[in-house]
Amino acid sequence: MSDVYLNQKFVGTFDDGQKLAQLMREDRRRNALSSNLNVFYDEKSDDVYVENGRGRVRRPLIVVREGQPLLTEKHILQLEKNEISWSDLIKQGVVEYLDAAEEENAYVAFFEKDLTPEHTHLEVTPLAMLGMATALVPYANYNQSTRLNAGSKNQKQALGLYAANFAVRMDMDVNVLNYPQSPIVQTVMHDISEYDKHPAGQNVVVAIMSYKGYNMEDAIILNKASVDRGLARSTYFRPAVAEELRYAGGLIDEVSIPDKDVKGYKSERDYRFLEEDGIISPEAFVKEGDVVIGKTSPPRFLSSLEEYSLASSTRRESSLAMKHGEQGIVDFVLITENEEGNRLIEVRIRDQRIPETGDKFTSRHGQKGVVGLIVPQADMPYTGAGIVPDIIFSPHGIPSRMTISHLIELLGGKVGSLAGRKINGTAFDVEPEERLRHELLSMGFRENGVETMYNGLTGEMFQAKIFVGNMYYLKLKHMVANKLHSRARGPIQLLTRQPTEGRAKEGGLRLGEMEKDTFVAHGASLLLKERFDSDKTLVPVCENCGIIAVFDGFKNKSYCPLCKENTKISQIEISYAFKLILDEFKSLGLYPKLELESKY
Amino acid sequence: MSNVFKDYEDKFPKNIMEGLKAYIPKDTSETKTRKILEEAWKEYQEACVEAGECVGLVAAESIGEPGTQMTLNTFHFSGVAEMNVTMGLPRIIEILDGRKKASTPMMEIYLKKPYSAGKDIRKVALSIKETLFSEVATGFSINIAEGVIEAQLDREKMKDIGITDAILGKQVGNHLKKGYTLRISGDSMILKCRSKEEALNELYKAKEKIKTIHLKGVKDISQVLPVRRGEEYIIITAGSNLRDMLQLEEVDSSRTTTNNIFEIAEVLGIEAARQAIINEVFKVIESQGLNVDVRHIMLVADTMCTSGMVKGITRYGVVSEKSSVLARASFETPIRHLINASLVGETDNLNSVVENVMLNQPIPVGTGLPGLVTTLKSEKKKDAKESN
Repeated sequence: MSDVYLNQKFVGTFDDGQKLAQLMREDRRRNALSSNLNVFYDEKSDDVYVENGRGRVRRPLIVVREGQPLLTEKHILQLEKNEISWSDLIKQGVVEYLDAAEEENAYVAFFEKDLTPEHTHLEVTPLAMLGMATALVPYANYNQSTRLNAGSKNQKQALGLYAANFAVRMDMDVNVLNYPQSPIVQTVMHDISEYDKHPAGQNVVVAIMSYKGYNMEDAIILNKASVDRGLARSTYFRPAVAEELRYAGGLIDEVSIPDKDVKGYKSERDYRFLEEDGIISPEAFVKEGDVVIGKTSPPRFLSSLEEYSLASSTRRESSLAMKHGEQGIVDFVLITENEEGNRLIEVRIRDQRIPETGDKFTSRHGQKGVVGLIVPQADMPYTGAGIVPDIIFSPHGIPSRMTISHLIELLGGKVGSLAGRKINGTAFDVEPEERLRHELLSMGFRENGVETMYNGLTGEMFQAKIFVGNMYYLKLKHMVANKLHSRARGPIQLLTRQPTEGRAKEGGLRLGEMEKDTFVAHGASLLLKERFDSDKTLVPVCENCGIIAVFDGFKNKSYCPLCKENTKISQIEISYAFKLILDEFKSLGLYPKLELESKY
Repeated sequence: MSNVFKDYEDKFPKNIMEGLKAYIPKDTSETKTRKILEEAWKEYQEACVEAGECVGLVAAESIGEPGTQMTLNTFHFSGVAEMNVTMGLPRIIEILDGRKKASTPMMEIYLKKPYSAGKDIRKVALSIKETLFSEVATGFSINIAEGVIEAQLDREKMKDIGITDAILGKQVGNHLKKGYTLRISGDSMILKCRSKEEALNELYKAKEKIKTIHLKGVKDISQVLPVRRGEEYIIITAGSNLRDMLQLEEVDSSRTTTNNIFEIAEVLGIEAARQAIINEVFKVIESQGLNVDVRHIMLVADTMCTSGMVKGITRYGVVSEKSSVLARASFETPIRHLINASLVGETDNLNSVVENVMLNQPIPVGTGLPGLVTTLKSEKKKDAKESN
């Protein structure tokens, strides 16, 4: 007697659970039960679990009976002629969806040739076990799984044509590759996902060799001429958004060129690109600090308005300016209204990004790297036929990672570009490498893809034959232009008087606890002090009570708040952070008394 | 000859001196010996740590950095499923924190002559293992009406371990509460309560207590494993009881050891505990294939043991002993440390590193240590006047 559960709720019992599951499956295939229903028979506990709720992950499989798949040549012919569709196959019970539980009762064959009478299902295609992005990796079945993870992860960060209507969209922080190409080596997933309509990379000539050590540690070398011709050129879009906010009392922000008497007025130069309406003119080349949208806000507190009764001058400047390190060309101006009915101004800024050292590139096999050097074409190595590679990839990236697919794609791409056709690199269903090699040989190349190359600097022939070919390379969205950061002097935080944090705020690079320890370990005492001088201050201290004294700017004199006048007050040099912690001690009710003594 | 050595006796540490004595041939001339010792003295001074070298922090970094690379935190003995030893970072943390209870107490028992060669090794091992009453009982039943607890005995097991009715009766009898009578008949042991009034609750409690009665072996030793180490046999145990173990006549008390540092401190003294800390930490680091100089570990062990008892590197242990309020507060629970310090009006003389980093002053190590001793002009005049 088996217990039967429907969506995890007990509904009754049945004599033979195995039989019940079998019957229900047959009914489902006959279309007597919903195709959305899954049955799982648990042999250990002799329970039957029926599920038809939402939220289950299911996948399609071809039903197999007595070692024969129900999908026949006839079906395929009909499918090709568009006489039947996928859903018809499901209705006919040829294909069914299994959820994770029912899969436990199934015995699935990977390939048709593996089928035995015990099998219950056949995989539609082995590619089905891969996700969308992973299936885009060519020759994926030649790789270690970790590299596939890396490869598919990298593809998601590639620059390409993310949306055909990008020119009229206001997306935050997007990149568009200027000349994207369709890959020479493709998988069926490229067809299925219509990859040609949103490509994300370019076919380049890659040579696997080292170049003066500039491509060590995964770095790659770019050909300057290729870059000049537009290789991996992309455009970066970022909108600046300003809203005319409404405040209590009918006051409102105003987009305009601020008057000179507005509080916080920048300089005339900063507003030079603004048109009369206070919005920047399109195609203006803006750099850091330039105002994009001029805006003024009403005073923060109404009371301050009465006090000085100079109503006009109390408006605050609240313009939107280019942030630190940013530059670009004004691309597009949009004036609209938001949900609250406030006037909304969006200005899209475009910036052309030419590849430079530090930009990140990758092939589709998790072989990412950063540009180490851009070499003039004259100095690049060349083949006997005069072919100069676009990219030089380091051979040290191969042995430890074992990305065989990277090497096969190079070969496949070479055949494809020479023969003028696309190469199929679908995982488990590839065009055999043997044939590619033959074709390469027939076209007058070495069958293993290597070629004699010459040193571009000296003209000498390299002793080793170099593996060159064509590959699909992707430019990733991590570009140095967005990350480069350094600081000598700059803004500090109000509370702690220590440098601000982060690139956007032109912050300092933190010398943390462990870094401090290294200074201590070296006994570099005074160097350490100097490093931490960023917030040093002179503080007046009353020598009588040991409390921090007050400096009176009018009298230009310090006095002790406890002992009043007539006590000796001395200046001490401490970090401002220590002054703060003394204040915190006081707030705890503690008396942090400083006892001063002469340093010498 | 010995005069030459005498001159250097106070300079060198004892073991280096002894090493030198053993190394220099007896028939070496006096001048030659003196020359050798002079060279050795120079070398020794070269090897010494410079004044102002930040040894503590270097030790911390030297242990801490390899610590980040440690993996695999348990070690299993083949053959015994229940025996595994905490290793890796968790073990190091356990030792340096000075935890009273090791998570996997373990002993290495060396044996005296005939046994160390493997004589009766299994028997010796089994005699060490602790046997509780529950291990020889297969089941219990309580008769409330008559106030009787009956325990079925596993005769076969008793024979194996070597527990006779006499031992059983004596051990159980020792732990019995007044008012119970004990009778062993056949395969069962019957406990009868004289006053029939005894509540079920009480009977149940008595039953649970009987289960934990110690019958045989050394207390707290839950597993034994005889192992061959080099030429001799030793016994590795799970559970530790150094004091009782050293009493046993088969045991070589000079080499037997435990991984419980507190037990060593209690039984053998603080110097032994210091060495135990060094050995245990070094064992872990070595087992991970890492390379840390022992002297770093020795320094840590020294700081843990200087007070005469084992103290952990925690806010309750070594850190609470720091003289500086700010240094203590910068470790953990700052507010508690500050408030306690303010209650007694503590003064911080800013003598150590942490406080001076907080104040942004030169720290008193390395180049920050030496000071210039001079008399100020004004003071000079004063001095001159006074002397006049």
